[in-house]
Amino acid sequence: MLLIFLKRLLAAIPVLIIVASLTFFFVRLAPGGPFDSDRAVSAEVLINLQEAYNLNAPLSEQYFDYMGGVLVGDFGPSFRYPGRGVSEMIFTGLPITLELALYAILIAVFVGVLAGVLAALKRNTYLDFIPMAIAMIGICVPTFLMGPLLVLIFGINLELLPVSGWGNLAGDKILPSITLGFAYAAYIARLSRGGMLEILSQDFIRTARAKGLSERVVVTKHAMQGGLIPVVSFLGPAVAGLLAGSFVVETIFQIPGLGRFYVEAAFNRDYTMILGTTIFFSSMIVFFNLLSDMAVLMLNPRARD
Amino acid sequence: MNNNSSLWSDAYRRLIQNKAAMIGGIILIFLILCALFAPLIAPYSYSYQDLDLGASKPSWEHLLGTDVMGRDLLSRILYGARISLMVGFVATSVALVIGVSWGIVAGYLGGRVDSVMMRIVDVLYGLPFIIFIILLMVIFGRNLWLLFGAIGAVEWLTMARIVRGQVIGLKNQEFVLAAQAMGVSNMSMFRKHLFPNILGPIAVYATLTIPQVMLLESFLSFLGLGIQPPMSSWGTLIKDGVESMEEYSWLLIYPGLTFTITLFALNFFGDGLRDALDPKTSAD
Repeated sequence: MLLIFLKRLLAAIPVLIIVASLTFFFVRLAPGGPFDSDRAVSAEVLINLQEAYNLNAPLSEQYFDYMGGVLVGDFGPSFRYPGRGVSEMIFTGLPITLELALYAILIAVFVGVLAGVLAALKRNTYLDFIPMAIAMIGICVPTFLMGPLLVLIFGINLELLPVSGWGNLAGDKILPSITLGFAYAAYIARLSRGGMLEILSQDFIRTARAKGLSERVVVTKHAMQGGLIPVVSFLGPAVAGLLAGSFVVETIFQIPGLGRFYVEAAFNRDYTMILGTTIFFSSMIVFFNLLSDMAVLMLNPRARD
Repeated sequence: MNNNSSLWSDAYRRLIQNKAAMIGGIILIFLILCALFAPLIAPYSYSYQDLDLGASKPSWEHLLGTDVMGRDLLSRILYGARISLMVGFVATSVALVIGVSWGIVAGYLGGRVDSVMMRIVDVLYGLPFIIFIILLMVIFGRNLWLLFGAIGAVEWLTMARIVRGQVIGLKNQEFVLAAQAMGVSNMSMFRKHLFPNILGPIAVYATLTIPQVMLLESFLSFLGLGIQPPMSSWGTLIKDGVESMEEYSWLLIYPGLTFTITLFALNFFGDGLRDALDPKTSAD
């Protein structure tokens, strides 16, 4: 098991190097630098800036400098915020984004699995139809619409919950977490329903029931272990989606997390910031995909070939 | 040949009987007609401003009201349908062309070619594509065709996997062996023998890709990185609606509703098509 893990981890390294290099050259290809927008800068200042950010060195030298920095976790200075490092900004935003993602995924797994298992057990009753209809809404109403609608209803009309910020007012974490978690709850509900239905029709479940085990034991001990494998393998790729969702949610609710930094960097053409966050996000996604692959292997011995 | 045509007529019968799918299909046809004939049915031009009027509630002059610049919301939604649906269809076609060719070649040739090609797909799967699209849009400007290409280039991976699986299932069947024995070239094997036989799953997956593509486009437009004014997709309309929703909630609600209904229709129709063409895999 450990061997497989290490092997996959090693295989991920070239992927990350390719991603980092591609991003680096993409960004260098970009027409127009970060210094040539709103404020007109005099030629001397421009030269000084380019000197300071080492933009005049040969491309290969810049590349190896940068990659060397990345290895030790240094993503260079931000173009837009002089004096602040990209790494520093990433680590200011990261805890907030992680906390938001954690709440969202907890809501998604808890609500989704509960609804999905219930729907599978009560197949073709209203306990199946209603959760699945809600799940369909969750899939069809995108995050960037769900968020504003929740704000409109619970924040503005009912005045129940704060509509912006993170950790400043009581309850301001509720709406963002629900917004981000809802779509995933919907996917997880559908996946766990499908997985459970397949497992529940198998012989070993009939055996377990014939042995006289209580329904609760049959479901929780026997069926759920196999039936929830699709959910576990979904969680890895879901991290990528959660990041994209955090761009939207953090923008809507004005949360100073990594996602909002990224979107702002994209607007400001803060190239080093974009470069740094892209490499950072990619590593996170590759790593979480690896983790969920490993979890699936642990749950399902037949997948080990 | 006979067998083949009855597959399609069976599928057609199953699709007709599926109410949700039929309603979805009718809504889709209606939307496509609206988009095609937008210049004829839209009461105003999408860029016509009535600054004196400003934002007004739905009324007889403006059925869905107007935005802060006095532009008619119904007209903007109708023109937005053109952009949103066009992104959906064009980007899906891009994904289709890449994914189907990739999958057929990998599945039919097999062996080392297959493992290299599928390894590439596996690696690409693990990458944060949304971030790459954003990067592309930032670097090369917010160009509509680039957007189509970028989204299509991202969505082909699943298609390649599905097609490859289907082709592997087909390639040891007698008609393929017979064609091989007759010395058919690889190219005409792909086009004449394999492709027509995997049309079903391709159609199903294509229908289910369209809503994903539209979501991706509107997500980008919502962040301000997609379609640029004065053109507007539903994503940009929702973005504008959010900015003024406290005073003028209809500016968020109507575009949002249109978008959601469209996604519903596409998903129901796609699910119905899958159930009709491929009853085996329909158990979600």
